Amino acid sequence: MKAAVIVFPGTNCDRDTKAACEGFGWETDYVWHFEQSLSNYDAVFLPGGFSYGDYIRSGRLAKFSPVMKAVKEYVKAQRGFVTGICNGFQILCETGLLPGVLTDNWNTRFICKNSRLKIKDGKEITLPIAHGEGRYLAEEDVLIELNEKDMIFLTYADNPNGSVGDIAGLYDRERNIIGMMPHPERAFFAETGNTDGREIFKIIEQALAVKK
Amino acid sequence: MKTLELYSALGLTDFEYEQIVKQLGREPNEVETYLFSAMWSEHCGYSHSRKYLSRFPKDGSLHSEENAGGVQVGSQVIFFKAESHNHPSAVEPFQGAATGIGGIIRDVLALGARPVALLNSLKFGRINEGEKSNHSKHLFDGVVKGISAYGNSIGVPTVAGEVGFDTCYETSPLVNVMAVGIVDKKDIKTSSAPVNKHVIIVGSHTGRDGIHGASFASKELSEKSKEDRPSVQVGDPFIKKILIEATLEILKLDEVLACQDCGAAGLLSSTSEMAYKGNCGMELYLDKVHLREEGMKAWEIMLSESQERMIFVTSAEGVRKVLDIADKYEIPAREIGKTIPEEEYRLFFNGEPAANVSPAMLNNGILYDLNEEEPEYISEYRNKKHDKTMSVEEAVRKIVSDPNFASKNWVYTQYDHTVGNRTAVTPNQAGAAGIWLGEEGGVIGLTIDSNGRQVFLDPYNGSKNTLYESYRNLVSSGYKPLGITDCLNYGNPEKAEVGYQLVKSIDGLADGCRELSIPVVSGNVSLYNECEYTRVYPTPAVGMAGYADRPEDVIKASFGSGEKIYLLGKEINNGSPAGASLYQMVCFDFLGGEVDSVNPELELLLANSIFELRDRKLIKGAVDVSEGGLLGALLEGLFNGGAGFRGALIGETEPLKALFGEITGRYIVSTDNAQEFEKHCKAPYKLLGECTGSEVVFDGYKFKLDELCNCYNNSIAKEIEN
Repeated sequence: MKAAVIVFPGTNCDRDTKAACEGFGWETDYVWHFEQSLSNYDAVFLPGGFSYGDYIRSGRLAKFSPVMKAVKEYVKAQRGFVTGICNGFQILCETGLLPGVLTDNWNTRFICKNSRLKIKDGKEITLPIAHGEGRYLAEEDVLIELNEKDMIFLTYADNPNGSVGDIAGLYDRERNIIGMMPHPERAFFAETGNTDGREIFKIIEQALAVKK
Repeated sequence: MKTLELYSALGLTDFEYEQIVKQLGREPNEVETYLFSAMWSEHCGYSHSRKYLSRFPKDGSLHSEENAGGVQVGSQVIFFKAESHNHPSAVEPFQGAATGIGGIIRDVLALGARPVALLNSLKFGRINEGEKSNHSKHLFDGVVKGISAYGNSIGVPTVAGEVGFDTCYETSPLVNVMAVGIVDKKDIKTSSAPVNKHVIIVGSHTGRDGIHGASFASKELSEKSKEDRPSVQVGDPFIKKILIEATLEILKLDEVLACQDCGAAGLLSSTSEMAYKGNCGMELYLDKVHLREEGMKAWEIMLSESQERMIFVTSAEGVRKVLDIADKYEIPAREIGKTIPEEEYRLFFNGEPAANVSPAMLNNGILYDLNEEEPEYISEYRNKKHDKTMSVEEAVRKIVSDPNFASKNWVYTQYDHTVGNRTAVTPNQAGAAGIWLGEEGGVIGLTIDSNGRQVFLDPYNGSKNTLYESYRNLVSSGYKPLGITDCLNYGNPEKAEVGYQLVKSIDGLADGCRELSIPVVSGNVSLYNECEYTRVYPTPAVGMAGYADRPEDVIKASFGSGEKIYLLGKEINNGSPAGASLYQMVCFDFLGGEVDSVNPELELLLANSIFELRDRKLIKGAVDVSEGGLLGALLEGLFNGGAGFRGALIGETEPLKALFGEITGRYIVSTDNAQEFEKHCKAPYKLLGECTGSEVVFDGYKFKLDELCNCYNNSIAKEIEN
């Protein structure tokens, strides 16, 4: 099992994400934003941060990077599983790999706190959130589809940012991608007080097992 | 302009100019006059404080002569330093605070350390006085947003801090930021440049921003300060984040021999210091520096405080490697000069010599003596008394919702405090933040504290008490204190009263550090924090780092249902000196009386007892008693644990003093095994009561816990958002 953690200039959760992946037992490489192929990897992570400074809008500029072209091809080829966390989720929405948009939190401020969440299977976990633009919005027809196809895999119990339908994380239609605002990689090691993030890594592991 | 007119326009005194001429043996040219005006300013040269700062003990510190000093834990060195960005924040709060972080991050980065935590100490005017508070709210909101925007983007968690509000900070807010970095001891790089090597600048283009920032920070603020707005630098956290990664990669090269960041007085202060520390000289070719705008003069290039620039000195083989790494990160870099055996600092511009002075002379400005005689106000305030009273019910509500005491959740939820995967303790969970040091298996404890009111009343004891307050914050959270950094915020030192405050503060901190056997590893001085109408209270902020060997050694500030509550240490009585207590300001708008002094033996006994009880698993939660007194400390623990309380707090003492009076040498702790606790506790203790129910009940008074907790949690948001 080999994972890639993509690094854009301005990414700041690359080290955390790599540490968690390795903690989960996966061989993990950093992949610089110029990279044009990801076919060597079973899983690809788009970590949190402020890619290219998040100028214009979060995730907007990353959309045009060479590595995102590679991510699109990776998804199209159904090679492996893609996970976007925080800024990674924003990038996936901006690229159109996931539907909807992420915009300013309802209070227009950055919010960092622990958030109670519900996974699709009913399990409740707590993960840190840390974002200024985490409010998920989508057109009515998209929301209907998300519900019909059971694509909403993670919801907030306390909706901190005003997301429609309490949405905190999504699958794509084919179940090859997840995007989520909370940070599972920051709730991984017992020494930092919370290991609930491992639940998300288990979901990725199961998705990969199905593929194989 | 002739140099004669120029020097006074630049803030050099006649005496200083005469000294320059004398030491040079000639008149300085225009460029050189600019160089001296910056390097001999208070901000760079510490002209009013350096003589006294040498009183600080350094034993046990590493590289305290560098930008940041450190303490060692196993194979790792923890570098930390606090720095002020008060003057820029007064005129441009968002950028002022943002670039303050940028500057202090570079200080630990330059040593090769990865920045892992930020803390801040912020002071503003009062925010709870309606319309009158609009300006203070604007500054407060702007500074918090600036820290949020910048700190969050660069991926360094802001893990702890303090915010205080008092009228004296209305026009001169204090914005102190502390950065903490970690590096393997064998990978440390210093700023001392070897001879015959190459000088490279990496990072942003040099522009006209921040020119004269150093001299701007060395004068009093006035209405005209707004005209100084161009002296405020503008930061770009995106470039900073890239610069952090590029710098850490560059510093891994063996060919890189020295590093320094461009902070105050930019290229000038960084490069001249490197030559001075290396006992060599330097030649710089200013036309090689990559510039943001055309037509910049030599002195502008030297004094520019454009952000996000680093200087590296490398061997010949290293030049290409450094430029290649910069290229990978797409940041500009140029080789701009070399170090030379002659101890001369030579600048060339467009092929012509522009300046030639000695690095030692630049880095050794005039040192001034300060007034050490006690000013009259000290005894006047010491003898002040007030005869106002207030009911306990009203005082409790007032204090719980006072922005000084209330929860700072509105502030810290705007800071990313979990990025980096090291945050073992989040803000408010304990008296000190905890950063997991995975490399050694333990946790670094961090705190920053200040108490301007106490230092104003009694500069010596007030400063010492500030130090011990930091100490108790670490001890109550389970960390062994290792060292401090300080950020000294004062008014104009040329005034007798301020000189006295500064000297006594330094003595108080120095003596306290000796008593506790911990070094001052680094520090910063910010003077001239005053305007025509007000001067800030003398406010030394103390940042302290400690260490707990194992994550389970950390103690949280939380009292749970069923636990017994004990006071450890001193008991307060009607004769106790409790001057400068918060309740006197909040309830009576009063400042006066005598400040308590510490008993070092008791403090060490308390710390050892707490550690021993912790090791015996006899402590569940602990809070040190500081601002807000005994009840304040108790409530913090109860709010965190969600438990009520029943017991006795007042006794024979005047009720408000018993509940809120601030004296030294006290903790409250909780235990779930009272019998064993009493058997093993070696420090003086007293049972206060038990955690039970959902009400706080003591001495005939009764409060609903959730009601108080709501006031505590929401009062700052209410003031700002309305």
